[in-house]
Amino acid sequence: MIKRLIVAAFAAFFALPATATIEIDEVTSPGGISAWLVEDSSIPFVALEFWFVGGATLDAPTARGATYMMMGLLEEGAGDLNAQDYAAAVEGLAASFSFDSYRDAVVVSARMLTQNRDAAADLLRAAITTPRFDQDAIERVRGQVLAIIQSDARDPEEIAAATFNALAYGDHPYAFAQEGTAETVTGLSRDDIVAAHGAALTRDRVVVGAAGDISAAELGQLIDHILGDLPQTAPPRPDPAHFALSGGITVVDFPSPQSVAYFGHAGIDRDDPDFFAAFVLNQILGGGGFRSRLMGEVREKRGLTYGIGSFLSLADLSPGLLGQFSSSNELVGQAIDVVKEQWADLATNGVTQEERDTAIRYMTGEYPLRFDGNATIAGILAAMQSDDIPVDYVTNRNAYVEAVTLEDLRRVAARLLRPDDLHFVVVGQPQGLSPGN
Amino acid sequence: MLHRLALALGLTLTPVMAPAAGDVVEFFLDNGMQVVVITDDRAPAVTHMVWYRVGAADEPPGQSGIAHFVEHLMFKATDDMASGEFSNVVEANGGSDNAFTSWDYTGYFQRIAADRLGLMMQMEADRMRDIIFDPVEVATERSVILEERAQRTDSSAGALFNEQMRAALFLNHPYGAPIIGWRHEMEALSRDDAQVFHDIWYHPNNAILIVAGDVTAEQVRALAEEHYGPIPASLSLPARARPTEPPHIANRRVSFTDERVANPYVSIQMLAPVREPGDQAEAAALVILAELLGGGGQTSLLARRLQVEEERSLFAAAYYDSTSFDPSGFSLVNVPVPGLSLEEAEADLWRIIDDFLSEGIDTAHFARIKFQIAASEIYEEDSTQGLARRWGMELTTGLGLADIESWPEILAAVTPEDVMDAARRLLNDPVHVTGHLMRPAAATAEISQ
Repeated sequence: MIKRLIVAAFAAFFALPATATIEIDEVTSPGGISAWLVEDSSIPFVALEFWFVGGATLDAPTARGATYMMMGLLEEGAGDLNAQDYAAAVEGLAASFSFDSYRDAVVVSARMLTQNRDAAADLLRAAITTPRFDQDAIERVRGQVLAIIQSDARDPEEIAAATFNALAYGDHPYAFAQEGTAETVTGLSRDDIVAAHGAALTRDRVVVGAAGDISAAELGQLIDHILGDLPQTAPPRPDPAHFALSGGITVVDFPSPQSVAYFGHAGIDRDDPDFFAAFVLNQILGGGGFRSRLMGEVREKRGLTYGIGSFLSLADLSPGLLGQFSSSNELVGQAIDVVKEQWADLATNGVTQEERDTAIRYMTGEYPLRFDGNATIAGILAAMQSDDIPVDYVTNRNAYVEAVTLEDLRRVAARLLRPDDLHFVVVGQPQGLSPGN
Repeated sequence: MLHRLALALGLTLTPVMAPAAGDVVEFFLDNGMQVVVITDDRAPAVTHMVWYRVGAADEPPGQSGIAHFVEHLMFKATDDMASGEFSNVVEANGGSDNAFTSWDYTGYFQRIAADRLGLMMQMEADRMRDIIFDPVEVATERSVILEERAQRTDSSAGALFNEQMRAALFLNHPYGAPIIGWRHEMEALSRDDAQVFHDIWYHPNNAILIVAGDVTAEQVRALAEEHYGPIPASLSLPARARPTEPPHIANRRVSFTDERVANPYVSIQMLAPVREPGDQAEAAALVILAELLGGGGQTSLLARRLQVEEERSLFAAAYYDSTSFDPSGFSLVNVPVPGLSLEEAEADLWRIIDDFLSEGIDTAHFARIKFQIAASEIYEEDSTQGLARRWGMELTTGLGLADIESWPEILAAVTPEDVMDAARRLLNDPVHVTGHLMRPAAATAEISQ
């Protein structure tokens, strides 16, 4: 789930086309909730996305996992309907709702057919504002969460990310899995769930993205109806997290022929003047696709992995520059050396003009292609607002990217890439690496 | 919550999808290449796909994994392009590209600005016939696919179990071998194996071009004739005649124990008919049967009874693969709550099936599923990439345009009686494979974090 957050944060930033191929309406509901809308009546449904900033970091230390479990319970009975009846009612309208929890936000996504939108909105309103939290549903979902925790404890990718976060963030909420532990989840009471609901879903922390077959006026009324009388204010968010991990390798023994490596060091804030240079730099280092430095050196030239990438984590409270790959136990040491070499080479020598030009062509060309559906667009619009990105970002974004010069890239590479600070968590039975060195 | 649990267990919930007819045009080039165009002008982008009617089930004996290996090698040098240049050009034009292999098909795709479609066709046509299998590249890429197998299969107890279950289900058909290949055979795949496989199957008359997005059929026709038209058809393209299954007369059991298993579960699998050209009614009934028994969410019979009412399961579901070249599988899965044995979980599945066969269908549930299938036509239009992918899968598994376009009506026409008849044929004392995915008996130590 932590990985999902990083992906969500990443998508949040880089998600709208420079050329305004879509038109965004800024809507304020009669009740004062702000929403962005892309109206398109070509398909008779609407996609809605509600982002409530705060998320699992609001959990009390004694109730870790409460927000995660609370979100899982929203679809388990609401208003007059028990879990079964609620699910049948949603199914009968062919609506789809999802209730997701992340470290820094909880997200409600919905698709509703135009033909029965009012009835679907009634059901969504019930889930958000009058969830029942019946004891039998709590016990059922608790069992599911415990199974997820057990499963994650035997999944090398989950172990790698969890270990990295635990090492990096001390006693900050970022150090802990949002699902909680077997102990905290076993101890969660109905009161804990009710409290998490009151804290996570509040009017002053919500933004809305919408796309599809709905007008601005209809959307405003729909939002007010769905959010009803949720509490106005939320508890404070935690302070920023200090990234406490220094360079090195941590090995976690795990019975597998292959090792998972999760690595990184501190990153860069979204409002840093060099942020766009860092964004282009990461594309060259380990961005998506096949032509990054890391893919080229570790996979294409040497066959040491199936896939490797790096990403700027824009987690609200502690940005990071992170990466991940898997290699056979006998190869992972070699792959780590190659990663460090690339890190050092870029830090010392910067990138070439061709690398800069190619990366920028890719990034600016790919941008407008992202909006290919109502559901996608609604998500992008909500995520942008949750990050306080202005609506004109849509038109300016490619210009920001194109303005990054070779000199900017040299400067930010020297500043951001610190090979000696890179910490690798290796989960497996790697050869030639010893635990804890 | 269920969805997240299913992911954690390596199981997925597959929503029912009925196709939207939409703006779809089909035609053929003179060399036999089939072309399908799906127009959607909501974004200035196209998805360009070439699908070959060949997959892992068409591999020669002893070369499991060669179809997927050739897919990887198609990104290397041709007579006109350097190794890796294909993806470099795509990315330098702001696009993304990748490929995929299944038992029945191999597909290549790019998503890119609509005005770059001709360039994509030029490069895709080039590698159809002029790919070069260089020995050094082959050796490096063989390491990559071995790493891929290690990551996707060998590192996951659930994936290894699924592989063993398939191998047990199919007695003779190559569907029993994994797409990625058995490791010992992958290690021996050679340059010549790749060359021979490519020479046999990669021809325009074995390919389907699918273009979806902001483009018209006439634009696609002109570009396709320019780039793919000059490639001659193969005169020696083999028929896709795979070894077939003998009658299944013996139940089989698979027991797989791995210390990485967090939540033990039981899986029951059996052969099932699939959509056939001109004959999709049985498959349509089975699609709805799978939904009723164990589709997404907690309203399905298995989830309602075992998870909610009896609280004996963490997760229970049914799966059916309707779209496949040869008969494929219908499966039931049950993850019991801690404290219940897999024997009990297995008995629970059969008990619910028996109840279903004797009690019949909840008509309100049936009506909801039918409405959802109808609505999925609306939702599916939201993703032209998804539409393109579904068309490719249907065409490469032997269905024709008429079959694909009539599928929604065939699904809509299914009656509760049809479902019960299909259920009795499938589930009344079927020959099946039962698998138990287990932890070692003495597995007390937690894996440390």
